[in-house]
Amino acid sequence: MIRLKKNIAISDTGFVFDPSTGESFNVNETGMQMISFLKEGKTPEEITALITQEYNIDPLSFEKYFQDFMEMLKQFNLLTEKKEV
Amino acid sequence: MEKKPFERPLIKRLNAGMPGKFGIHSHIEPLREIDGVLVKDLIAEHGSPLYVLSESALRRTFREAYQTFSTRYPRVQFAWSYKTNYLNAVCNVFHQEGAWAEVVSGFEYEKALQNGVPGSQIIFNGPDKQEKDLRLAIKNGSLIHIDHFDELYMLLELAGQGTGTPKVAIRVNMDTGIYPRWDRFGFNYENGEAWEALNRILLSEKLELVGLHTHIGTYILTADAYRAAAAKLASLATGIEKKYGKVIQYIDLGGGFASKNTLKGAYVPGTDAAPSFEEYADAISSALIKSEIKPDNLPLLILETGRAMVDDAGYLLGTVLANKRLADGRRATIADIGVNLLFTSFWYQHEVLPAQDVSQHTEETTLYGPLCMNIDVIREAIDFPLLKKGDHLVIKRIGAYNMTQWLQFINYRPRVVMIDEAGKPHVIREREDLVHLIRLEKVPEHLQSPKQKKQ
Repeated sequence: MIRLKKNIAISDTGFVFDPSTGESFNVNETGMQMISFLKEGKTPEEITALITQEYNIDPLSFEKYFQDFMEMLKQFNLLTEKKEV
Repeated sequence: MEKKPFERPLIKRLNAGMPGKFGIHSHIEPLREIDGVLVKDLIAEHGSPLYVLSESALRRTFREAYQTFSTRYPRVQFAWSYKTNYLNAVCNVFHQEGAWAEVVSGFEYEKALQNGVPGSQIIFNGPDKQEKDLRLAIKNGSLIHIDHFDELYMLLELAGQGTGTPKVAIRVNMDTGIYPRWDRFGFNYENGEAWEALNRILLSEKLELVGLHTHIGTYILTADAYRAAAAKLASLATGIEKKYGKVIQYIDLGGGFASKNTLKGAYVPGTDAAPSFEEYADAISSALIKSEIKPDNLPLLILETGRAMVDDAGYLLGTVLANKRLADGRRATIADIGVNLLFTSFWYQHEVLPAQDVSQHTEETTLYGPLCMNIDVIREAIDFPLLKKGDHLVIKRIGAYNMTQWLQFINYRPRVVMIDEAGKPHVIREREDLVHLIRLEKVPEHLQSPKQKKQ
């Protein structure tokens, strides 16, 4: 299963730090929420339910933004395929 | 409970200590309305994409430019450069403000006449004047600006045919200290060709020499080039007066003033780089006043400013069709505005703004048009807010050349709307449709479909 790397640090103000590479990122509000949910190990379905409940967006439209965001996380090397213990 | 507005999720890598290519980030303020009319209402009523022109901005710019020149030089006349934007409504705003017409083809000449401009107030420039156009221009007493010797000789021939005495000026090209040096229009100053042409005209006694003209270039970023041009035309005028006792009635410095758009590859934005009307006016009027032309004979100063007069008044509204990622992860946004509608995107970095509220987050984006062509790029790289499909955007300063150089390609050309001074939008050019587009087509009988045969 694809998950967020375990040691990723997230601040309340929208900064994301990857200690394994030393790179930092900033995220907007929805990006921040999604990273937090991913860190908590939530499934795509759970994330979709939570986001569509809070924000004015339908699940189908959200799906494309979700996919796009996951691709960006992959691009930035923030995901891992191994199940972490 | 009301749900929060959704902004698409964004993650951006931070490069500490590295200057970003967009410099210090500044918040992008949306452009929600034009002259008090909401962008979303304009699109809802007139469709997307949509050209919008502000009548107030046209008049304000004209008055500001005229005021600037007329307070520095005693006799000033503006002529509206038709090729910059020849929609009749636009031309007529400038004609109402007192502008003559400056045309460069038989088509534009006809348009000016149709707009009610008296023949004597039409300046006929350009290298392509057909014999029939010249006959008409001579008959109407228009000001014919001779571009080359072939034209001069054609006029000498026509002058002998009883159509009247052509009123002429010559177009002069010269070194004004700038690059590129335009030497394709008219006769050269430095090598004596201009003086030779003037002698030919005056010795013939068949043409009435009324003025001297130059068009030194386009988007001229230094006012000093106009100082040099005005001084050189003034020296020709004094030379003519000395030799022939002939007083030149006007000096026409053409167009070429820069607008506030930013050229591609420029280090500073156009809003900082482009000289003001004051700088151009100071350079031109001081050169003429300090010249050896006798104070009583100071010629009328004609200006054919196009771009700087109309660019700011034009907006192109559009809609986001899609967002996608490019191979390297960069964001690409596809809007419904193609380069066929925004010809100037080939040389300007147009300012593109969202038309609705956005957060402070932005992303480096390539902005594509909707054409199925690789060249269809409105902005190669722009720090842009996170727009979604269906969101609207506004491209600023597009009033010059886009509504004349546009191409009907793949889709219909959209409507053009002008917002009057009271804030009321008027359609000044309809959206094209199939009937309009195929009106000029003819299908040979053997190629007609059964359906076409029936019609």
